[in-house]
Amino acid sequence: MSATTALTGRPVAAYDEDVVRLFVIATMFWGIIAFTAGVYIAFQLAFPALNLGLEYTTFGRLRPLHTSAAIFAFGGNALLGTSFYVVQRTCRAPLFGGWALSRFVFWGYQFFIVMAALGYVLGVSQGREYAEPEWYVDLWLTLVWVAYLVVFLGTVLKRREPHIYVANWFYLAFIITIAVLHIVNNLAMPVSLVGTKSYSAASGVQDALLQWWYGHNAVGFFLTAGFLGMMYYFVPKRAERPVYSYRLSIIHFWALIFLYIWAGPHHLHYTALPDWAQTLGMTFSIMLWVPSWGGMVNGIMTLSGAWDKLRTDPVMRFLVTSVAFYGMSTFEGPVMSIKAVNALSHYTDWTIGHVHSGALGWVAFISFGAVYDLVPKLWHRKELYSMRLVGWHFWISTLGIVLYITSMWVSGIMQGLMWRAYDHLGFLQYSFVETVAAMHPFYVIRGLGGVLFLLGALIMVYNLVRTIRGDVRAEAPMTPANRATAPIPAE
Amino acid sequence: MAFRNIFSHARIEKNGMLMLVLILLTISVGGIVEIVPLFTIETTIERVKGVRPYTPLEQVGRNIYIREGCYTCHSQQIRPFRDEVERYGHYSLAAESMYDHPFQWGSKRTGPDLARVGGKYSNEWHVVHMIDPRAVVPESVMPPYAFLADKLVRQDDIAGHLTALRAVGVPYSDEMIANARADLLAQADPEADTDALMQRYPKAVTGAFDGDPKRLTEMDALIAYMQMLGTLVDFSAHGLEDFQQ
Repeated sequence: MSATTALTGRPVAAYDEDVVRLFVIATMFWGIIAFTAGVYIAFQLAFPALNLGLEYTTFGRLRPLHTSAAIFAFGGNALLGTSFYVVQRTCRAPLFGGWALSRFVFWGYQFFIVMAALGYVLGVSQGREYAEPEWYVDLWLTLVWVAYLVVFLGTVLKRREPHIYVANWFYLAFIITIAVLHIVNNLAMPVSLVGTKSYSAASGVQDALLQWWYGHNAVGFFLTAGFLGMMYYFVPKRAERPVYSYRLSIIHFWALIFLYIWAGPHHLHYTALPDWAQTLGMTFSIMLWVPSWGGMVNGIMTLSGAWDKLRTDPVMRFLVTSVAFYGMSTFEGPVMSIKAVNALSHYTDWTIGHVHSGALGWVAFISFGAVYDLVPKLWHRKELYSMRLVGWHFWISTLGIVLYITSMWVSGIMQGLMWRAYDHLGFLQYSFVETVAAMHPFYVIRGLGGVLFLLGALIMVYNLVRTIRGDVRAEAPMTPANRATAPIPAE
Repeated sequence: MAFRNIFSHARIEKNGMLMLVLILLTISVGGIVEIVPLFTIETTIERVKGVRPYTPLEQVGRNIYIREGCYTCHSQQIRPFRDEVERYGHYSLAAESMYDHPFQWGSKRTGPDLARVGGKYSNEWHVVHMIDPRAVVPESVMPPYAFLADKLVRQDDIAGHLTALRAVGVPYSDEMIANARADLLAQADPEADTDALMQRYPKAVTGAFDGDPKRLTEMDALIAYMQMLGTLVDFSAHGLEDFQQ
């Protein structure tokens, strides 16, 4: 395993890239499913006939399918795959545990996804947002996750680099914290060992805070810390520049993981959760803005001296735009956690729009950037099939996100205002269903935004398949070399 | 210099196990400070009269509510704002969901809040609405749930459900568990003697919820659950000082 070349001392063919290839394929496969499910349920809200009158295709059952497919299947496979790629290279060590353990993590994780998805469609759900899988699926995931930790931490421990690279701090915090959150939030009593149903250990107000402690940190550690690990490898790598500030990465890492955990109660403003807990949650959510932007600054400023790549490399454009979206949604989040703002935004589509600016703009875009970067390397191709298609993907998806976010801002704020509107006689001005009817056009626009995002992802799949087949499209480069200095002579 | 050596981040960066332990400590603080007191401070749950465990039929209905993901569009948590209190009723108390395993407060109102939907509509309205929501609310975007009327409630494992709930803290008595199946049937049967049921579960709503007394369907269970939501606490017997947390 430790064969090295005489010249560089680097290991030869020792990295397990095969498992990373599997994860990349799974990322794109589940990505398409997640986006398709999202588009479908978005149109269900505009055109309820799409529920088809079947129990298996109602919004209530498909919505967890969409969220789990997006977060855990698409995002999860991107995280596991890139973490296995990054940890081997930055530690200069092959994966700990060898072929069998990493394959167990891969196939075990896919099995978890399939079991969870089947459960939702067939009506097996814990009714806990983003933790819908029932107890037997939770137990299985725990087993897979421990194996994942063993592979990752084992590789870190037997590294042949003195320092643990910063990306791995974030991946490690993600793996550990998700384990803690998953186990505590899913404590439950099964009705029978041969049945699917269980009852949560906690109830009511305590259960609510446990669940949102989990829920918000699924955002904080799955969708943030993990993907920051991705950022800390792929942005500097692609920019061919070192990370902007080493000190900033230390401060922002510890501050981020310390503060995030406190933010859960902002999901429960003005509920029966005691005020002191709400206030704590709001305070820490606002503080969280600072380390979040520390990470954004560190990511974007890594491009110092390489800004031209934004123009010439559409993959870099995905990576940098993702960090910009990260900055935007981590500003919007603290604003929405302020109780006075939350009084308006809570229960409305504003929250949905906020989540998607993070999920589509940050999580998906940085994953797209990483996958575009990885595929030619993993399949030993010189370059992507087409950079121009990457450019098309970028603009179509960005347009989709803009339609999504803006329509949800309008419908969310409008609905919040309509709910609290009084007429001149002092009566509530609108019945609830009038607010539902008012949202229809925005649900259509949101659905179209989703269609564009899905279309972009399909272009990506086509581009990657052609790349893997070894094709290179004959096309003009994105920017002609030295255009500025060497104008094209007149004929 | 000693200061710099002790606090040098390089020590953490060079020691994977140390980093693991420090991460665990760092992420534990917030959760412990926020969650533990909720279990220890007695005023977290208001002391109000009337909240009781769900009847077997209501609990079955609640499980259907969870299974169908109703929480993805309906909240069960009324906030203390003028418009919400006027639209839905008294703001929600922690006590009202103390036997909810899991809680179903929700996070989105694509449809209206349901915390106090009990008694607002007739059983007949609910049946029609579930079969075809747009028959009674033309602008509604809710999926139809007609299939609930054709699905029979599983009766043989109801005592097991109550036992599991007792294990996580719901005060079901031996008598309640022993009579679980009888109570399940009696609540939806207009012919049944419901005195014992009403004694065990005050304020329980009884009747042929889906209009067909012969079959105990999931429609019966879900409507029985909805008809009790938010009805247990007698707010005229309490003042605001009783709700201080």
